[in-house]
Amino acid sequence: MTTASSFRPAKPARADRAFRAVTLVSGLTVLVVLVLIVVSTTREAMPAFREEGLGFLTSDRWAPNVDAFGALPFIYGTLTISAIALLIAVPVSIGIALFLSEVAPRWLRRPVSYAVDLLAAVPSVVFGLWGLLVLAPALTGVYGSISRATDGVPVVGTLFGPPVNGKSYFTAGIVLAMMISPIITSLVREVFDTVPRAQKEAALALGATRWEMIRQAVFPHSRAGMVGAVMLGLGRAMGETIAAALVIGSSPQITARLFGAGDAMAAVIANQFGEAGGTHRSALIGLGVVLFGVTVLVNVAAQTVVRRLSAVESGR
Amino acid sequence: MKRSRSRSQPVLLTTLLLAVLLAACVGGDESSSSSGGTEASTVTTRATRLSGTLNASGATFPQAFYEEVIAGYKEAEPEVTINYSGGGSGKGRQEMQDMVVDFAGSDGLVKPEDVAKFKGGEFLYVPTITAPITVSYNLGDVEDLKLDAPTTAKIFQREIKQWDDAAVKALNPGLKLPATPITVVRRADGSGTTENFTRYLAAAAPGVWKLAPGSTVEWPADTQGGNGNTGVAQAVKSAAGAIGYVDLSDAQAGGLKFAALKNKAGKFVKATVGGATAALEGVTPNADLSYNPLDAAGEKAYPITAPTWILVYKNQTDRAKADTIRSFLTYLLEDGQKVAPEIGYAPLPASFRDKALAQLDNIVLP
Repeated sequence: MTTASSFRPAKPARADRAFRAVTLVSGLTVLVVLVLIVVSTTREAMPAFREEGLGFLTSDRWAPNVDAFGALPFIYGTLTISAIALLIAVPVSIGIALFLSEVAPRWLRRPVSYAVDLLAAVPSVVFGLWGLLVLAPALTGVYGSISRATDGVPVVGTLFGPPVNGKSYFTAGIVLAMMISPIITSLVREVFDTVPRAQKEAALALGATRWEMIRQAVFPHSRAGMVGAVMLGLGRAMGETIAAALVIGSSPQITARLFGAGDAMAAVIANQFGEAGGTHRSALIGLGVVLFGVTVLVNVAAQTVVRRLSAVESGR
Repeated sequence: MKRSRSRSQPVLLTTLLLAVLLAACVGGDESSSSSGGTEASTVTTRATRLSGTLNASGATFPQAFYEEVIAGYKEAEPEVTINYSGGGSGKGRQEMQDMVVDFAGSDGLVKPEDVAKFKGGEFLYVPTITAPITVSYNLGDVEDLKLDAPTTAKIFQREIKQWDDAAVKALNPGLKLPATPITVVRRADGSGTTENFTRYLAAAAPGVWKLAPGSTVEWPADTQGGNGNTGVAQAVKSAAGAIGYVDLSDAQAGGLKFAALKNKAGKFVKATVGGATAALEGVTPNADLSYNPLDAAGEKAYPITAPTWILVYKNQTDRAKADTIRSFLTYLLEDGQKVAPEIGYAPLPASFRDKALAQLDNIVLP
């Protein structure tokens, strides 16, 4: 396929074809690797899937020592801590990005953006150890006070109810938020920077305040990009392993009490794989498959949202 | 305009992802410590010098001891490199089964249904060391706490939640116990230490201990998880009223106090190296050198004494490797035993050691 014919002065054509071939191979490699990962992990996980059947997804009991493997507590945990992380990280990140692109004086922008980008490169284990040694002990008392203050209040009283544990869903959510906000920030900032100057100036010229300008010129222009950035952050939060493993408390349970100990998919794989054998091992690999599936679902959802938003935008 | 923006984004995403990945790689890199003995030229008098590399993985419980022995062996045989990468008993057994490693460390026996899966055929258990698992606590200036198996079981099951509970008081008539709530710390990761601790409770407190023993246990949700022995030690140290099970070397390194436990003979024994060796003296190993030192008989026996083994294939395929394995394990069972007490491990009693050395003769050279 790549052998170019020589009867034409075909230099550009040959280069084109070679380029095509190279990109095709690269593109296919990604797909092939992806398929191979899915196939081999699924095959390794088969003993657990066969033993548990659909119960693997619906059972809330995880007890490897008596061969009970239900992934639900971990799916719940992963979604919960990711949601907490997004709730904290998204407003903060957009705030930082707006500050950098619209508010901060020019001389400050560069150093601050560098600092944010550097934060994105801090290894997750560092965040995890900080969460374990500094954040979790410090928060135990705070959780206790919040829990007492909200006692008896419907819904909130349950969410923040006792028992409180320094290592909990909430602590894991905070640590994940710290990890994903640099990523979201730098992406969103890039997006904000692409807003045409003319539009912003037009808004200001019409008498808009700075906030009105941001709301009416910056946000509409950037919506798709912002969603994309948030989804990328979400992907990182869901797949985060070691930081979550250190601070989530490792208690496979489903509870609405956010200050209680929980567990998450990637975290339990990291924690239990070393000592696992037989069905336990394949159940852990099975969790990997489930995590993969959940991530794909979330990505597809994100892409749909982005596409729809883009359509709305360009329809305007 | 909009188009070009959305196109440039994936590039940015990829760059960022790569950066993150790189960072993760750098962070996750665990270099195994191997200390080099450069002054080893004094031992070159041997006729045949061994050389090569042995790779091993498995139990983390004896890892500190193995690393110490490997460092000592490096001085005797500078041409040999041994990598013991830890990772857990389960990982060691799996990698042994797949013949990825030359030998493996394991705190537990291979399950009967897994024996046939070992690609290299028959394998041997070589007992190497033993060590006590402490029940460490953090309770102000309370020294010399005494516990028995049923009380310990109730504490770890969250049935006893206060330090001044009647059952704890009854065991410690001389102590002033505060009304502090008990915080139970247990392992967050799967662990042979958890398995030995819970098997001890199941054996010594039958009827009281209700959780199924294993490397991962369904702990009550209001217990705290710690990663590794060091993680549990750190958690016990940082919370007043905490109690947790930690191996002796980490308990000592963390400066923790630990309880004296009532053994089978009815005596309260503190976790010491001597107590662990005494526990083994009351045990007769099986023919394959598997043995159970938990809740052993003997006045001085410490009841939560954990066994650990090195697994080697009986039929070796590489002559040089087989020689090196035998030489290393012989060193471990002879000179190696001497360094054990310094780092919180108990040497095997003489009877055990002789049987372990005899086991090495069962390795078939090609």
